[in-house]
Amino acid sequence: MAENRYLLNTQLAQMLKGGVIMDVVDVEQAQIAQEAGAVSVMALERVPADIRKQGGVARMSDPGLIKAIKEAVTIPVMAKARIGHFVEAQILQALKIDYIDESEVLTPADEECHIDKTQFEIPFVCGARNLGEALRRIAEGAAMIRTKGEAGTGNVVEAVRHMRAMNREIRQLVGIPAEEIMGFAKANGLPYPLALEVRKLGRLPVVNFAAGGIATPADAALMMQLGCDGVFVGSGIFKSGDPVRRARAIVKATAYFNDPEKLLEVSMDLGEPMPGLDVASMPVEERLAGRGW
Amino acid sequence: MTAPTGSDPVGVLDLQGGVQEHLDHLRRLGVPGRPVKRATELEGLAGLIVPGGESTCLSRLLTIFDLREPIEQAYRSGLKLWGTCAGAILLARENLGETPYFGLIDIAISRNAFGSQMDSFNREALAPAVAREPVPLTFIRAPKIVRAGSGVRVLLQLDDYIAAAEDERILVTVFHPELTPSLAFHRYFARKCGLNPVGTDDAGLDPDWTPLSWTRFSSHA
Repeated sequence: MAENRYLLNTQLAQMLKGGVIMDVVDVEQAQIAQEAGAVSVMALERVPADIRKQGGVARMSDPGLIKAIKEAVTIPVMAKARIGHFVEAQILQALKIDYIDESEVLTPADEECHIDKTQFEIPFVCGARNLGEALRRIAEGAAMIRTKGEAGTGNVVEAVRHMRAMNREIRQLVGIPAEEIMGFAKANGLPYPLALEVRKLGRLPVVNFAAGGIATPADAALMMQLGCDGVFVGSGIFKSGDPVRRARAIVKATAYFNDPEKLLEVSMDLGEPMPGLDVASMPVEERLAGRGW
Repeated sequence: MTAPTGSDPVGVLDLQGGVQEHLDHLRRLGVPGRPVKRATELEGLAGLIVPGGESTCLSRLLTIFDLREPIEQAYRSGLKLWGTCAGAILLARENLGETPYFGLIDIAISRNAFGSQMDSFNREALAPAVAREPVPLTFIRAPKIVRAGSGVRVLLQLDDYIAAAEDERILVTVFHPELTPSLAFHRYFARKCGLNPVGTDDAGLDPDWTPLSWTRFSSHA
């Protein structure tokens, strides 16, 4: 990938800052999301809550569905490829969507290698649980990062854990003396040149969104106050009692994340949130965040 | 509204999108910038930038949080406006196939007119009224201005579309000067607002700018 193409791809993510990216499974949901003020939609066949429930192998969605959604909205369209499945990514690139999510929500195709994203023109967003994972994905060519969280649970605890881990490790990296950087990079699996860049910036060198378990306007604002640049909402909207109201409320809460009066206003009378799952009592093999490294 | 004093800030509408990038460019010109989230923050501004982002999202938030009417009122009282990309869509009088939002400048605009993200691009061009040297331009899922009314001056025509235009109080660009090292369009807008930005009429390339300069204004760990 040419250097200027990578830059353009990171810059599209910059234009999404402060916005909400919503999972949608059909044209109607995509239009509802756009109408509610989503900055982008993630087109997929099943939201994570259903993937979790139904089990089996979860793969890239039918390109026909993604194409129909792409034609129905004007906002950017994203879609998911399996971790390491570079041919699914080639197909999504040929479809000319706007962003690929190399996602742990789908069943990994490769347990050793993530996609070499530098070989693509199309931008990628990848999930991360900590600074090392984020920087490894960036080194592979990701133009945007998101927390992994625990998708399909309606439980924000893992997204908080991942964001706090990234923040803590960045603060450590900024605070240590120069001679300790290499050791810190080794211990935490940080690609060294990117470690130096993070130390200089005091943050990730690409846009970083929250994802995985966000179900309420307060969840979205919580992640923004923890320092995320925007929010992905997967099952949280269309698995709730009143998706239209909830979608709008989460958009508003993300824009006014620092304004408790506005957060109060948008949090009222939203109907039932999606049912939540306790992550702590969930068997390890059911946790999606452990997929990829 | 009183005439700008030369030290009045330029606001950047801070609902969603490329807010920090514009604030960083203004800072480089010695122009005070101010993020604007509430109507009260429009008070005392020399100008307001409506940044790129997603126009549908921005229009929803403007309406819901009661910013539309205050911005229109400030404009009628003399506030200068600049829309980049999505901002230009919001300011256009005619938005092909869709309902216009502010409709304040007599142009017709076609949203997302180049295709998907893979059709986003960089190029250089000369806009003589803005700078005497060519400036770098960044187009991200950009719209095209396809018509300019009689009161509108075309600042940059490229191929089959208009990329930058203005009338007395509004500037519109379909590209993103805030994503390049060039300060020329920000300098031009600051002058339009009656301010005195640093620099002359060259391309305004800031050697200290990097693609990550915006992070200075973003949240940190």
